[in-house]
Amino acid sequence: MNLHEYQAKQVLQGFGLPILKGHLCYTPGEAEAAADLLGGGVCVVKAQVHAGGRGKAGGVKLAKSSAEAREAAQKILGMKLVTPQTGAAGKIVHKVYVEAGCAIAKEYYLSLLVDRAKRCVSIIASTEGGMEIEEVAHETPEKILNVRIDPKVGLQGYQAAKLAIDLGIPVESRKHFAEVVKGLYKAFTQSDLALLEINPLVLTKEGTFVLLDAKAALEDNAAFRQPAIHAMLDYDEQDPRDLRAQKYGLNYVGLDGNIGCLVNGAGLAMATMDIIKAFGGEPANFLDVGGGATKENVTEAFRILLSDTKVKGILVNIFGGIMKCDVIATGIIEAAKEVGLKVPLVVRLQGTNVDLGRKMLAESGLAITPADTMDDAAKKIVALAK
Amino acid sequence: MSVLVDRNTRVVTQGITGKTGAFHTRACREYGTQMVAGVTPGKGGQDFEGIPLFDTVVGAKEATGANVSIIYVPPPFAADAIMEAVDADLDLVICITEGIPVLDMLKVATFMQGRRTRLIGPNCPGIITPGQAKIGIMPGFIHKPGRIGVVSRSGTLTYEAVFQLSALGMGQSTCIGIGGDPLNGTSFIDCLKLFNEDPETDAVVMIGEIGGNAEVEAAKWVKANMKKPVVSFIAGATAPPGRRMGHAGAIISGGDDTAEAKFTALSAAGIHVVRSPHEIGSKMRDVL
Repeated sequence: MNLHEYQAKQVLQGFGLPILKGHLCYTPGEAEAAADLLGGGVCVVKAQVHAGGRGKAGGVKLAKSSAEAREAAQKILGMKLVTPQTGAAGKIVHKVYVEAGCAIAKEYYLSLLVDRAKRCVSIIASTEGGMEIEEVAHETPEKILNVRIDPKVGLQGYQAAKLAIDLGIPVESRKHFAEVVKGLYKAFTQSDLALLEINPLVLTKEGTFVLLDAKAALEDNAAFRQPAIHAMLDYDEQDPRDLRAQKYGLNYVGLDGNIGCLVNGAGLAMATMDIIKAFGGEPANFLDVGGGATKENVTEAFRILLSDTKVKGILVNIFGGIMKCDVIATGIIEAAKEVGLKVPLVVRLQGTNVDLGRKMLAESGLAITPADTMDDAAKKIVALAK
Repeated sequence: MSVLVDRNTRVVTQGITGKTGAFHTRACREYGTQMVAGVTPGKGGQDFEGIPLFDTVVGAKEATGANVSIIYVPPPFAADAIMEAVDADLDLVICITEGIPVLDMLKVATFMQGRRTRLIGPNCPGIITPGQAKIGIMPGFIHKPGRIGVVSRSGTLTYEAVFQLSALGMGQSTCIGIGGDPLNGTSFIDCLKLFNEDPETDAVVMIGEIGGNAEVEAAKWVKANMKKPVVSFIAGATAPPGRRMGHAGAIISGGDDTAEAKFTALSAAGIHVVRSPHEIGSKMRDVL
């Protein structure tokens, strides 16, 4: 679950990390008032959307007065922000964060993540702050530093001190840098973050550090023990289909094609998308109804698929292990009767109680095309959806 | 005949009195697996449909000689359950639980260093040696005893592969689901090593997914060490970057973890790659 910049900073401030003063605003008037509260001098108006690359796309503007802050907010609020991370569709900006300015001496890059291969938390750092870190890594890999933290003992003082030296941080600022790094490690581990990225981490002309931007994501599996962070979920940023899916324990990812898929198991769901593509079709979604789906889950899954107007055909591919084919069949029949089957439906059932499930579908009176195997099913739905 | 588990394996279920644990303990027992004990703190001394219950794993081991544990404990307590089983010095721990926080698994991985117990999973369907022992949630009836080893990050996609193999008359020596999480106990390489050394396994099916570099590492190992043919499919060629496809581990974040990069690495290692999931069985038939 991604956090907005202002939310990430709220979390980080709780760990004593240096954050500039700022206010969240929904209107240009609020932005002007916020700028006044910040002293009426230089401030920055920043679009709050879940996407990197906001600056280049025009979502971050410097203002020299409260009136300019108002103008900047006027321009940013309601704009469709298109960055490499939003895709072509872009994102509408609903709120801005108005933050005090600071005198920048030097910008650094710092992030924390779990390195699955090395089985530890790693700190990634670079002197090339404020840049696209992927580009830095690609063009000048020697400028990317990696500090691995032993999970047994956590971040040690010498590691933070050495990182400061390796980054060429001036002697008088190293102590504060080490404090910041330790604070970030504490925030990362105690808040169950999947990612924490500070870009840039700014060394001010006063010689202290400030987290100028912050990007954080909560690890979904740990949401149960981070209720305060989980409550920061921004519904404006969610695809409504995703939200409905989540409510019913379904894993849904919307895509651009026209063949809806309903599958049990993540691997089989991906494989089903792949086989549709292999036979010349385009999947409209990834949808995993899970291993132990009930009739209600399947019915809801159908509703979600049928509510997508792009969908010109649906492929159901179920390998019943724990899940019984007759339960799936009941769900399909009920959903189809309730929402009305307006597009071709190909159903491939295999596994536990398969004969009963197939019989129920055949006798339902619905226009369902049965299929025996995955390739048979994919061929049929691709032909029918054309 | 098989790797890791066989008819002599004695299994303790952690979380036996929960809905999932109860259901699958019954199914495994019906398959013929020796389900000798259950652990539910506070219920020691009672029994679950004839299976004795214990408060601790070590207690279950001492009383019943259990050497393998299967875990259905809910995510907040699953890491603790794994460490308890490892501390009881069992041979093998299979964790079915999905949704364990990654920092908990980091703790588990660190805890396990220097101990001999092997962990399979978490977030996996378990292991089956057809005709001998089923320790997991897979449908037993699709499997047939035979000489193909199967190792996979996925659940139902493994069933699909097994179904294709069985339909073409190719039985399986052992099928191992290593799980869909980014941090798991047993890797592809671990399983490939076991199959490579198993005189009763002739060839291996390896099913991967997008995300991470486990398949690429496995490809390197195969190229240098594997004496038996490997057929492989990677799910998620059509998945967009940056979106998690169900499994916590199935997300494309860099450039080397796409299906295409993995297909390339596997092919370069001499692995028989299939681009579409329906070709797994037929490719294996052609290879043999």
